[in-house]
Amino acid sequence: MTASTPAPTARPAAPRELRGEPTWRRRRRRWGLAFVGPQVLGMTIFVALPFAGSMVLAFADWNGLTELSWVGFDNFRDQLTSPKFGRSILNTLLIALITVPIGLGLAVTIAVALEKLKVRTLYLLLFFAPVVTSQVAVATIWQQLFRADGIVSGWIARVLPIDPPNWLGDPRLALIAVCIVTVWASLGLNVVIFLAGLQNVPPTVVEAARIDGAGPVALFWRIRLPLLSPIMFFSSVIAFISSLQTFDLVFILTDGGPQDATRTIVLHIYDVGFGRFQFGLASAASIILLGITLVITAAQFGVQKYFVHYEED
Amino acid sequence: MTAVSVTAPSNRRRVPATTVVLHTLLIVGGLAMVFPFIWMILTSLKTLPQLLAEPLSLLPDPLTGENYPEALSAMPFGRAYLNSVYIAGLIIAGTLVTASMAGYAFARIPFRGSKALFIGFLATQMIPKQVTLVPFYLLMSRLGWVDSHLALIVPAMLANPFAVFLMRQFVLSLPKELDEAATCDGAGPVRTFFAVVLPNLRPGLSALAIIVALDTWNNFLFPLVLLNSTELFTVPLLLAGFEGQHGGVNYGLVMAASAVSTVPVLILFVIAQKRILNSMATSGLGGR
Repeated sequence: MTASTPAPTARPAAPRELRGEPTWRRRRRRWGLAFVGPQVLGMTIFVALPFAGSMVLAFADWNGLTELSWVGFDNFRDQLTSPKFGRSILNTLLIALITVPIGLGLAVTIAVALEKLKVRTLYLLLFFAPVVTSQVAVATIWQQLFRADGIVSGWIARVLPIDPPNWLGDPRLALIAVCIVTVWASLGLNVVIFLAGLQNVPPTVVEAARIDGAGPVALFWRIRLPLLSPIMFFSSVIAFISSLQTFDLVFILTDGGPQDATRTIVLHIYDVGFGRFQFGLASAASIILLGITLVITAAQFGVQKYFVHYEED
Repeated sequence: MTAVSVTAPSNRRRVPATTVVLHTLLIVGGLAMVFPFIWMILTSLKTLPQLLAEPLSLLPDPLTGENYPEALSAMPFGRAYLNSVYIAGLIIAGTLVTASMAGYAFARIPFRGSKALFIGFLATQMIPKQVTLVPFYLLMSRLGWVDSHLALIVPAMLANPFAVFLMRQFVLSLPKELDEAATCDGAGPVRTFFAVVLPNLRPGLSALAIIVALDTWNNFLFPLVLLNSTELFTVPLLLAGFEGQHGGVNYGLVMAASAVSTVPVLILFVIAQKRILNSMATSGLGGR
């Protein structure tokens, strides 16, 4: 790193030199530790310690008041056989599997379209507005939009020969409603990220491809998309992880209903931990959430080499 | 620094037809994006009978502003804004200091265990925050911070691995000669950092401030678990409570409350849009 820099002090360094390294560098080391200190301390107390706590509590039966008792793997057995938790896992995976591909696909399409246009500020504002809005407000607005006696259902009933759909009251439609809101709320973020990625594509590459006779379609599939793929991969990992953590939207929109049709893993953890104060069961459920997150992320990294194009340096 | 250039002069041959088609599609898409907000405003200006009318019309007739004072007097939105602003302000200030210091050390000061620590930081980003929710709550109650803003502020300030990662990226993008020159001139690491590195980190700091602000402002689950007193509530928390009380029939009132919660933020976004979009792009590209 700084091996070649001479000692800044004018003192003769000969005797110190024999002891290995100059004092100033040893002093710098200490400063290095001091600089990372606050964050390391914070991470230890507020992240690592609670995380270890989750690992421990997952094997205990405790409601915060009575005597804590150790129950081995009972909590995991209980949760993995619980129909409510099974349903939460299924719903959460469905939300992730539906919203991530649709969301990313739409975002790429919009980003490519925007990149071709000169005037794009207004569009970016429109697409990004939901991103700066809190999920609570987003869910509050959509909850009323989706009313059975509301305007959206009224329009649908006018166009299609069906009764006005009761989005949030019908177990078959509620999860679709959650997915619609999820895509709507997160679309703008990926549009902005992909647009930035597209603008980083060197114009010389595009020019060269054009000279070789590539049309707009070939340019997209052979040049722009491959060059964007590392960013898309990164975004898909983030999008997957965050959709596995869906809580705010469903908490407000449906509170997990109707009949647990939109109950997600985090909603389940919240319900078990803070609705029923079964801290052990909630911790076990949260460790399972971590497991699912790690498995899916690992799988994404596993298949990326088939889809992601990295430039050789 | 990545930048989303808002206007892109491109040396491409213009095909007017495609441009028209693209604009048409984007206008339709853009309207779909903004419709819920427009509907929110229109609905908040309706009287109760209009909300129950058959068939529903989109436009309020007659216009009424009565929902706003009613919503504002039903719950302390002003107080919630104050809470949200000062909590976010403290968290931003604290995070900027601790994360830029840590990022600088990880990027430039070799010390024992630095690599392992940094990998540890990256690894914790994989852990969903909710995994620590129950023990975090127990820790806070042990500290006596439940139902106090301390529980939101202190941990957020001192434990943000993403912020550290981002600042490290920004420090790495600075030319090495910069801090080496200062060191050669006899400045210690502290002076080098504050006098030389920090001023040059300004773009990174402003990007981080925006990212942390958005994150903090919209945070819901942890405040929901940690705060009980209405006068301590942040804006999203208060809106959720309001929705729970009034969501049934008079939803014009709920839309007025939603408008109060969202419109100021949206106005701020429009004012600072260029900076905000650039920050989000930067973070999305992994701080490159």
